[in-house]
Amino acid sequence: MDSFNGDKVAGLSPVPNVAAEAASFAPPSLRDCRTESPFIQYTLIILAWFFFLGILGIPILYLFTQAFSVGISLFFQSIFADKDTLNSIFLTLTIAPLAVLLNTVFGLNAAWLLTRYRFPGRTLILTLIDLPFAVSPVVTGLCLVILAGSRTWVGYWLDRLGIPFLNNTPSMVMGTMFVTLPIIVRELIPVLEEIGPEQELAATSLGANGTQMFLRITLPNIAIGLLYGVLLCNARAIGEFASVAVVSGRIAGATETMPLRVERLFQEYKSPADFALASLLALMAFGTLLAKGLIENRLNYRHHSVKKGKMGQ
Amino acid sequence: MNRLAPKVLPGFGITLGFTLTYLGFLVLLPLGALLFQALSNNPFDFFRSAFHPRALSAYWNSFSMAFSAAVLNTFIGLLIAWVLVRYRFFGRRFMDAVIDLPFALPTSVAGFVYSTLYSERGWLGEFLGQNGIHLTHTWFLTVLVLLFTGFPFVVRTVQPVLEELDGDLEEAAAILGANRFQTFIHVIMPSILPALITGFSLAFARGLGEYGSIVFVSSNLPYRSETGPVLIVSRLEENAINDASAAAIVMLMASFGMLLLINTLQKRRQSNG
Repeated sequence: MDSFNGDKVAGLSPVPNVAAEAASFAPPSLRDCRTESPFIQYTLIILAWFFFLGILGIPILYLFTQAFSVGISLFFQSIFADKDTLNSIFLTLTIAPLAVLLNTVFGLNAAWLLTRYRFPGRTLILTLIDLPFAVSPVVTGLCLVILAGSRTWVGYWLDRLGIPFLNNTPSMVMGTMFVTLPIIVRELIPVLEEIGPEQELAATSLGANGTQMFLRITLPNIAIGLLYGVLLCNARAIGEFASVAVVSGRIAGATETMPLRVERLFQEYKSPADFALASLLALMAFGTLLAKGLIENRLNYRHHSVKKGKMGQ
Repeated sequence: MNRLAPKVLPGFGITLGFTLTYLGFLVLLPLGALLFQALSNNPFDFFRSAFHPRALSAYWNSFSMAFSAAVLNTFIGLLIAWVLVRYRFFGRRFMDAVIDLPFALPTSVAGFVYSTLYSERGWLGEFLGQNGIHLTHTWFLTVLVLLFTGFPFVVRTVQPVLEELDGDLEEAAAILGANRFQTFIHVIMPSILPALITGFSLAFARGLGEYGSIVFVSSNLPYRSETGPVLIVSRLEENAINDASAAAIVMLMASFGMLLLINTLQKRRQSNG
């Protein structure tokens, strides 16, 4: 590893470079003082592969084998011939983009507010944004059920105005929004902090208004980070299960998203169809990973929330 | 970072207003409704449903499963992060890229795959069944699926800390006569311990609230294998909203405690580093 290279101070240090000398004439025990013996290395590598394959590899391989062993035609048939499954795909493709879009607008607003100004109550807002990470999605669903129930004035007015909420798309979007709320903000805050306000200050001092400054300076600067956050948020929104399960009423063909449909098919023992739908979701997840890898490698983007240990749950 | 007074850059009013409104509607209103529901009841009733024997056993099930999985995840995650950072081997980049899959994969898919894989007709279930081991609906299988959902948290929090570790310290330890094991325990471990604890708490918090995968692999029997989130859902299905919200408040308190712990640890880590 580069950082382990001891040669960089060789010319300056009065003390002879230890690593270089060790390599030339010291006993072998000193030569490899910063790593383990090959035996231990291989043991650890094999153990890591064992856990990696056991926990992740075999289950995923099993999923794809079962899904595609019935043949490609039956795979497509079990997805596209089932009206309820098709409906669940449509519903997921409606709910996830809606939730991601709203959270993107919020993420831009909140990240701008929290990085460009210092004001009383700033920490409180940060805490509120992190809150959904600590709340079990089941509790989120329960909160929404209570909120829309007959005991609160929100429920009263929803009922009075005839707005459909529970057992319908709005509550499912709201549950998904709640669960995915912190992801984009947490991705944007470090990016905005790192860039700093200098360019934006220059733009405003040269007479740009807020919209011009945002569109020409801020947005291009944070575009990759924003894309990254949207990607993670979208993956999480597609997979959201618990909160949506609680608020949707799980009406087949009407309020079932793809993850809910997976469970329904499981309970009905519709095995090939279930594997097909589950593998479709897994393919989407792999698509997310691929796009993530491209952003990290090609665009040299360093993922921020991972470093902080705040990866979207 | 210089501290700007509001109004130097445009948009303070608009973004503050929007952020507060959004948070108010999306976060405060629903959580407020839950608190309102719980507090509007007789406190005696609240405590009776919050500490009902069935609820107590559900908290215990959640706690024991999430804790066991998080402990195992800490070891597995450290091992994988260590191998990814320190060694070069065939398939390293592939492993590094696919580690994130549990973050991107819906938990219901994970639960579904695990329950079929370990059922009598699945690859591993069939193999284990021939040897007299039946994992379907066991405590062990639930912990196993929590390993899947939790181990990337540990890998991804420990990995960057390991990457930035100063190799000179290890060299110094070796020169002073420490063997590799002593170096690991006395030199490397103290620097990665905060990250390990953070990863552990993230995996643990995740396990406490997990529902999507557990509902597939567990038998979900009251008193025996029912977890907190599963209890809340079944109380809701029984139309016992007061019981459900009492349990939800207890679960919320537990996860707030976790969040507080994680934040304190991260602050300490930042001030140390």
